Formats: sequence, C-alpha cells, structure tokens
Amino acid sequence: MHLTQGTFSYLPPLTDAQLKAQLQYALDNGWALSVEFTDDPHPRNFLWDMWGLPMFDLRDPAAILLEVQRCRDAYPARYIRVNAYDRTLGRQTTALSFIVQRPSNEMGFRLERQEGPDRQVRYTLHPYAADRAPGERYER
Amino acid sequence: MTRESHVPFGMPRPAALPLNTAAPQTGSGNGALAGGATEPELAIPEGINVEAEARKSGVFEVIDDLDRELVGLDPVKTRIREIAALLVVDMARRRFGLEAERPNLHMCFTGSPGTGKTTVAMRMATILHRLGYLAKGHLVAVTRDELVGQYIGHTAPKTREVLKRAMGGVLFIDEAYYLHRQENERDYGQEAIEILLQVMENQRNDIVVILAGYRDRMDQFFSSNPGMGSRIAHHIDFPDYSLDELVAIARIMLDGQRYAFSRDAEPAFRELMLRRMTQPRFANARSVRNALERARLRQANRLVSDARLLTRDDLMRIEAEDIYKSRWFTEAPESRTGEERIVPAD
Repeated sequence: MHLTQGTFSYLPPLTDAQLKAQLQYALDNGWALSVEFTDDPHPRNFLWDMWGLPMFDLRDPAAILLEVQRCRDAYPARYIRVNAYDRTLGRQTTALSFIVQRPSNEMGFRLERQEGPDRQVRYTLHPYAADRAPGERYER
Repeated sequence: MTRESHVPFGMPRPAALPLNTAAPQTGSGNGALAGGATEPELAIPEGINVEAEARKSGVFEVIDDLDRELVGLDPVKTRIREIAALLVVDMARRRFGLEAERPNLHMCFTGSPGTGKTTVAMRMATILHRLGYLAKGHLVAVTRDELVGQYIGHTAPKTREVLKRAMGGVLFIDEAYYLHRQENERDYGQEAIEILLQVMENQRNDIVVILAGYRDRMDQFFSSNPGMGSRIAHHIDFPDYSLDELVAIARIMLDGQRYAFSRDAEPAFRELMLRRMTQPRFANARSVRNALERARLRQANRLVSDARLLTRDDLMRIEAEDIYKSRWFTEAPESRTGEERIVPAD
C-alpha cells in the first residue's frame, strides 16, 4: 500500500536531484523548511515528530538535504516528510508538504465498521502499524 | 475518498513546480555544478578555447576588479589567478569527459589584521560562484562564538546551523585558532572542529571553508589539528602593506568618500603612517581608515570654526594641519599605546 499524503504522493518517489529542485523552489519563495518523521501514518495524525527546528535563513537546498539524510540515517524505517511554511501575512500556513521517505513495507490501513443504533454503520481507518508499540512499528 | 482528505495539513496550494523541470540534473556525476556554468549535455567538442570559456563565465572581471581595487597583495593575487586558472581548465576537461575529482577548495588565509582577508574571501566566493563551483556564492563570516556552544550538546546543533546557512557559499571563520583551546581539553571547540571536518569532507561540493588568522597561531592550530591542515589545499599568506601601498590605500578610500588630500597633506599622512607602522596594534588598512576618519573629524572641526565662505573644494580637501594634529605627532612616544583615542586635538 502506497501512502498518499501531501504533494507528489501519487508520483514515484523523488530522486535526490528532484528533491533538491523542489527545495530550491521553496527557498526561492522564502518559505522556511522543516523535516518531520513518524511511524503513525494515520491521515488525521498531522503532528509528526520534528527533526530539529524549522530551518530559516538558508540559501542552498544542500543544507536541507543534509538534514533529510541525517534523519533517514537515524530512522531508516519511518515516514519522513519536508514541510515548507509560508509566513507571509494572510497566508501563514504550510505551503508545501511532501513525503521524502517511506518504510519499505508500508502496511496500510484496515477499514473498521462500527455497528451503531438503527443499523447505522460508522467507518474508521486503523493503521496496521499502530497495533505495535511506537518505535518498533516498521522495524523488521 | 477524495484526494483532499489525505492531506491533513492544510491544502497545499498550487505550490510545487512541475517535476519535469527538476529531472535533468547535470549529467556528469558531479552534482555540485550549479546550473548555467557548464552544459555537460552538449556533444563533446573538438577543441575548447579555454580563455574564451573563462571570459564567458565572467571570472576575469572579478579578478580584474580585485587587481584594481586592492592595492598590493601581489602574492595573493597570483595565487587567486592560479586557482581560477585551475578551475577553468578543470571545467574544460570535464567538457571532454575527463573526469577528475573536484579540486579541494578549502583555504586558509593568514596575515596581520587589516590586510584584506575578508575582502578577498568575499571575492573568492564570487569567483567560485561564477565558475560554477558554488551554487550561491555568498559569504558567511563567523568567529568562535557562533560555532561553539555553552553547554554539553549545544555545540553540534549550533555549528551545524552555521554550516547549513553557509551551504552554497563560503564559510569564513575568522581567528579560527580560537576553536582549539590547548589548555582545556574538554573545551567544546574540539566538537565544533570535528563537525567542521566532517562537513568539509562529505559536503565538499556544497561548501567552501576559509579559515583566517595570524600566521604563527594558525600554524600552531594546524599542528595540533592535523586533520584540519591536511584538508586545506590552499594556504595563502597576506603580506603587510608597504608605506607606499598604505598611502595608495588612503587615496582610494578618500576618493570613495569624495575627499582628497591637499598637496602637502599627503606627505604628512605618509609621515603619520611611518610613525604608526612601528607602533603596537598597527592594523594595516584598518589603521589607515581610522586615521582618515579622525582627519575628517578635524577637518570638520576646522571648517566649522572658519568664518569665511566655504567652497566645494574646501569641503573636499583634507589639509596637512588636519593630519599634523594627530596624537602621533603631538604626544610623546612613551604615552602612546595602541590605537589612537579621539582626543581634543589642541
């Protein structure tokens, strides 16, 4: 199962050269970039763990690539994404966010049906990974 | 389920650029080549006019500017020409598919204060940018304070932060020997040095590190950090300026601020510099600038107390008396220590 969250998620994974070009685009727009990681890919879990602080005052995408690489080395089996924050007044929100690493065995989600009163059914998603303890969800 | 529901962190607006513009990166292995400077996609040419190539990159303009605007420093200028020539040839070789490892570009500038190390470093960044060795070509100047933290675990992120800011350009570390404190082996400076070394080795394509400082203390620094010394290819020594050069610098500085020496002010300034040069804490071009600043003050003072009508020429001219009132002439040599304070001239 291929997790589709954020920009570019319907495309094959970006190469480092493509990633660098996207980061350059974000820098050219004056967006601050940050790196985040998680092993709980539920679509409603938007609070991923921060990899260091958001990076301001950078000029070259190599610097962000360096942090992405360090994060990849530290967490080879987790989702990692890059966020670009646009601070301009009136926007002040995430301008671009995309996944830059996924675990090799993406487990996906189970659809749960909850029986309610009057034969009502409530649907919810449950990541298979969440059955395991945090930190060992995507480890082999 | 619509696509939007997968995007919990706010709808990314049409932000990203089309992917296909990102795809064709420089074909020939060396990803550090900034766009525009070389076109490896071109067919292998029959021959290359290296000189024309270099001219096209605009690197000679920077070097000519350097020649024109910086007085003296002949060994430095020769070295920079040599480095630029090497890089141009390297660029040409790559066009023929003659892959060589990217030359090591980390440098060490040694010399007394005020000999133009920072200025040359700035030019160096521009030259490397024009030749395509640096993506951005900016200069980040730091000292120990900005690299070394105050408690355990503070140094690494701090150093890395600075390195990230300098990526794509030049990191200029002034008085680099302060990073290493011999008397305290638990000093956090060592940690900063280790991270620096790591980045200098692994991110060679993204950053050029220039260390600067006094010659003897730099040598000492390298002997206690052999790893650092061996990673620096170019050691450039900045000689002190001669008296003639100092006067020439003064003339250029004055010209830049639309002032000029009167006919007998220039010999006076020469004499002032002659006295100043032998004194402690003489800082070459910086001392020239300070002396000129004070001459301007005295000139202003003289003009304000002058009752007659002032012409444009009067406002521009520095007279000999503005210089002779300097403390270096009026006070006994024993009472003079270090830089001149601004004292009432009479």
